[in-house]
Amino acid sequence: MNAFLAQLLNGLDKGGAYALIALGLTLVFGTLGVVNFAHGALFMLGCFCAVTFRYLITLETVTIDPENLSPWGTPVEVRTPLVQNWFGDFGAVLVDYSVPISILLAVPAMLVIGIAMERGIIKHFYKRSHAEQILVTFGLAIVLQEIVKSFFGANPIPQPIPSDLRSAADIGVWLGMDPHTLTYPWWRIVYLAFSAVVIGGVFAFLQFTTFGMVVRAGMADRETVGVLGIDIDRRFTIVFGLAAVVAGVAGVMYTPLLAPNYQLGMDFLVLSFVVVVVGGMGSLGGAVAAGFLLGILQSFASMTEVKSLVPGIDQVVIYLVAVVILLVRPRGLMGRRGIMEN
Amino acid sequence: MTKFRMTRRGILKGAGAGLVTLGAPYVFTKGAWAEEFCNDPSKGRVVFGFNVPQTGSYTEEGLDQLKGYQLAVKHINGEGDGGILNTLKPVALKGNGLLGRKVEYVTGDTQTNTDVARDGARRMIERDGAIMVSGCVTSAEAIAQQSLCQEMGVIYMSGLTHSNDTTGKDKRRYGFRHFFNAYQSGVAIAPILAQEYGTERRAYHLTADYTWGWTQEESIKAATEALGWETVATVRTPLGLGDYSQYLTPVLNSGADVLILNHYGHDMVNSLPQATQFGLRDRQANGKNFEIIVPMFSELMAVGAGDAVKGIIGTSNWHWALEDEGTKAFTKSYGEEYGAPPSQSSHTGYVQAILYADAVERAGTFYPPEVIKALEGFEFDGAGNGPTLYRDSDHQCFKEVLVVRGNENPSSKFDVLNVIGKTPRDKVTYDPSIFGGELGPYEPNQC
Amino acid sequence: MVSLSRTDLSKLAIFAAIVLTMPIWLAPFGAAYPGLMQKFAIYAIFAIGFNILFGLTGYLSFGHAAFLGVGSYTTVWSFKLLTMDILPAMALAVVVTGIFALVIGYFCLRRTGIYFSILTLAFAQMCYSLAYSVLTPITNGETGLLLAKNDPRVLDALFGASASTDGLPHPTLLGGSISGYTGFYICAVLLIVSFYISQLIFRSPFGLALRGIKSNQTRMSYTGFNTKPYTLAAFVISGMFAGLAGALLSVTDPLAGAERMKWTESGNVVLMTILGGVGTLYGPVVGAWLIKYFENIFSAINTNILHSFLSFLPDGLEQVVVAVLSKFVGEGWHLTLGLLFVLIVVFLPGGLVEGSQRLARWLTGRLKGSGAQPHPHPAE
Repeated sequence: MNAFLAQLLNGLDKGGAYALIALGLTLVFGTLGVVNFAHGALFMLGCFCAVTFRYLITLETVTIDPENLSPWGTPVEVRTPLVQNWFGDFGAVLVDYSVPISILLAVPAMLVIGIAMERGIIKHFYKRSHAEQILVTFGLAIVLQEIVKSFFGANPIPQPIPSDLRSAADIGVWLGMDPHTLTYPWWRIVYLAFSAVVIGGVFAFLQFTTFGMVVRAGMADRETVGVLGIDIDRRFTIVFGLAAVVAGVAGVMYTPLLAPNYQLGMDFLVLSFVVVVVGGMGSLGGAVAAGFLLGILQSFASMTEVKSLVPGIDQVVIYLVAVVILLVRPRGLMGRRGIMEN
Repeated sequence: MTKFRMTRRGILKGAGAGLVTLGAPYVFTKGAWAEEFCNDPSKGRVVFGFNVPQTGSYTEEGLDQLKGYQLAVKHINGEGDGGILNTLKPVALKGNGLLGRKVEYVTGDTQTNTDVARDGARRMIERDGAIMVSGCVTSAEAIAQQSLCQEMGVIYMSGLTHSNDTTGKDKRRYGFRHFFNAYQSGVAIAPILAQEYGTERRAYHLTADYTWGWTQEESIKAATEALGWETVATVRTPLGLGDYSQYLTPVLNSGADVLILNHYGHDMVNSLPQATQFGLRDRQANGKNFEIIVPMFSELMAVGAGDAVKGIIGTSNWHWALEDEGTKAFTKSYGEEYGAPPSQSSHTGYVQAILYADAVERAGTFYPPEVIKALEGFEFDGAGNGPTLYRDSDHQCFKEVLVVRGNENPSSKFDVLNVIGKTPRDKVTYDPSIFGGELGPYEPNQC
Repeated sequence: MVSLSRTDLSKLAIFAAIVLTMPIWLAPFGAAYPGLMQKFAIYAIFAIGFNILFGLTGYLSFGHAAFLGVGSYTTVWSFKLLTMDILPAMALAVVVTGIFALVIGYFCLRRTGIYFSILTLAFAQMCYSLAYSVLTPITNGETGLLLAKNDPRVLDALFGASASTDGLPHPTLLGGSISGYTGFYICAVLLIVSFYISQLIFRSPFGLALRGIKSNQTRMSYTGFNTKPYTLAAFVISGMFAGLAGALLSVTDPLAGAERMKWTESGNVVLMTILGGVGTLYGPVVGAWLIKYFENIFSAINTNILHSFLSFLPDGLEQVVVAVLSKFVGEGWHLTLGLLFVLIVVFLPGGLVEGSQRLARWLTGRLKGSGAQPHPHPAE
């Protein structure tokens, strides 16, 4: 029972991450009709917003002491962090909470990056073939990750969890079990809540605002909306920016779980495509459902009991589920007819 | 369905055109077969080929290895301060190049992919005329390149490769390994584990699901069970998974009090901090503190695991803070050149290039069988690992193995690990027949 | 009833000449060595095969690397179990890959568009993951399947052609060695044959039917045309080409690794085809050569080479130029590749081949000085 609950939590946690990453991708599919192979790169850029923020607030004054040599023969550097000098204890808190606070940097930064990408390149590709969209966005993804590599190097850069959230919560006690039978890291609980809030926010935005209404109308019938005299292109630009922001903040909050390196985006690219397609192209609800479904099934497939029945199942479960769902349901869980089917 | 009917005329035309042009270029290639052995430098330049990952996950380790190679070429050519040429005993190199000729080098990017690594090695051999190829950061790259080099008759000095197979099941006459292996890790770490954690422990293994992971799991399991430890479970995890939560939660209530992570590189960088986040190290189990062990540290990557590395025990091939003369000499010349201490990856590359050059100097020829014989059974000291033997029966180096622990108070990002023990060479020496394999012939192929 | 037109035959002749003279015209580019030229020929076959599916039917497979892998594994197993001769190995590889493609295609072709792409991706990734881990007894996992001296090699043993040397046996063609340039010419001849077959398919009624499916599958089926056998045939043919390419990889270098089946390899062939030009005859070949050239040559340029290359510049300037250029070669070659993708697709729509044709038309139009632009630039 404990093992089951723990795997369910793992699954929800993974699912939240998958859904959050897939959300922006399916939004761009559904509205702009663009196959965005740079979406993983946007997630990676989000991660590096956190890295950059932490780098900035831990900037130090460096004085070099030429007398004192390090064991490998170069002068020793004496470092003093600036933030602590300026703000004292508040500075220390700022450094401690650098990951969640860096969302403040990530939102505007990713919005700008997203809009620049759409205006600069993507908008010229709305009427081009999907093949060309793939080539240009893939090229863009490589360029983005190489730029990150030249600034930050290729090694993963760990981001710490704020010290208050570093331990594991004793969830078992909340459910009336003995202490220490079911513990779960606080940060993962925070991430689950965070993904729920962001997903809810995006849904509310599209459902309850005029802007969202126009965008949904544009998804359904772009031409008619254009004929009505609404500048749908400008709104789609903002949608792309929004997708970039969602991918970015998903990345920011994920950094303590997975130390970011420049290739992280490629690792998530295939996964997010699978999630989106299993959910059904252009369906937001489908992407969320598929994210949680795949996350939970992946967790349960990793249990030793399951693995002993079907060897290697944990290696392939995501793809197996994708195959089964696509063969049973032609357009994924909630896909609409005609989107990206030819 | 449609049927093709190929007209007789069409085929004749096509075939004729093909045959005519096919014949022509053979004229240009004939000369290539006249050599006595592949890329004989007596007719051209002396070229070393350094093939390391420069893109992908293991870029930093690859580039650091490359720095080691570049330094080695400098020292062989008599530039710089000479590094371990001053401490290596015996040494035949005089710092005037190789057999009096200047050494040049070419580089390549393996992308940590065996196919690309072999492509790179073939370019070095076929186009650039390399007499020796070196470099890798995974065992798959090492095994792929050394089997290719055996085919081509060019000596391959492997870089960072830890699997038993490199000098075991898949050993080759033309392949040499200075780095230690999983078996030696297991033997070396066991006494320290007994001393630190006692002999009554229950271990839970998480193992990367591929060849290296399995050999390491097997070696560590055998070594710890010999101590009296019990193995609760061995669970395989997919390579490059990223999020290990679904494998970590079952550890919590498994009754184990030690978690052994048979993960390398990125797998370790992710699994170790995540295990810490699950509160494993704050737990008590069976009345003891729960411990995590990473038997093989990927040194540069350990930085990526952040604070989670502190206090974790593992093994290492070499460390820049060692006190012997060879280490000091290499660390000093590397530090002056690049402004940072070297990693074990650059050390093994540096030493391999020097050892090859020294063997050529001793053999007095580039002819591979003679160089191989000069390396086989070579006993040397002063290269940073104490007295070392290049064993003739499997081309594995035998030397001390270091046991290291994550530094609790690192003074810089280069100070991640502390050496806490050295297991002597005779303890980590084993019978070569336990892994099987066959070295193959000395006689070089024509490349 | 297909026979090639005169223009097609001359295209074939030109192509054959280009391929067979590679050792000459590649020399100035530093790529005229057997290892790379073999790869040029092999990946061109792979891309030509991929183009038969993607270029003609519009079905974008993201799992073609699986066929490459199956072809390679079959070949090495044939070397291990049957004989070191390459003909049975290649034949077996093509047949096995064909059957494999038939099974996978049967399932995947039930869906179209991106759903088809993800199905192929999922199948290929399953093959890759399993080959890397649980199928290790068959694939030798991470290390890759290698030859061993004590392999049975039943046919060789039967004919008494046991390896006389004490090393590992080498692949042979009817008893002759195929290392070095011979290996390249074998690949080159097969590339020319593949190109010829692809020409035949493009010109045949079968090819026309496939194009019809690409432009409007619904209309095709409304006219009472059963499209499934056609797409399946294209899928299987395309898979067999990939199997042949995989076989050649193992023939020229007897090793088969799981990495060949990874999605990045599938992605590579997609990029090669799009880069060169989808649906054109030459396009995939050009794309394959360009990407392989970057991977092998650009990645090998280090600062030393740059310094010696630019030594004619004044010292200070040379340092600056080398510092800038080194960001784009050696460890930075990916950046150049990424920029190249973006630039080509932005400025040469339709890929290199179509783009250059368009450029040529535009230039000749300008030269003629005709005021009216006969071929307007396509709307973006």
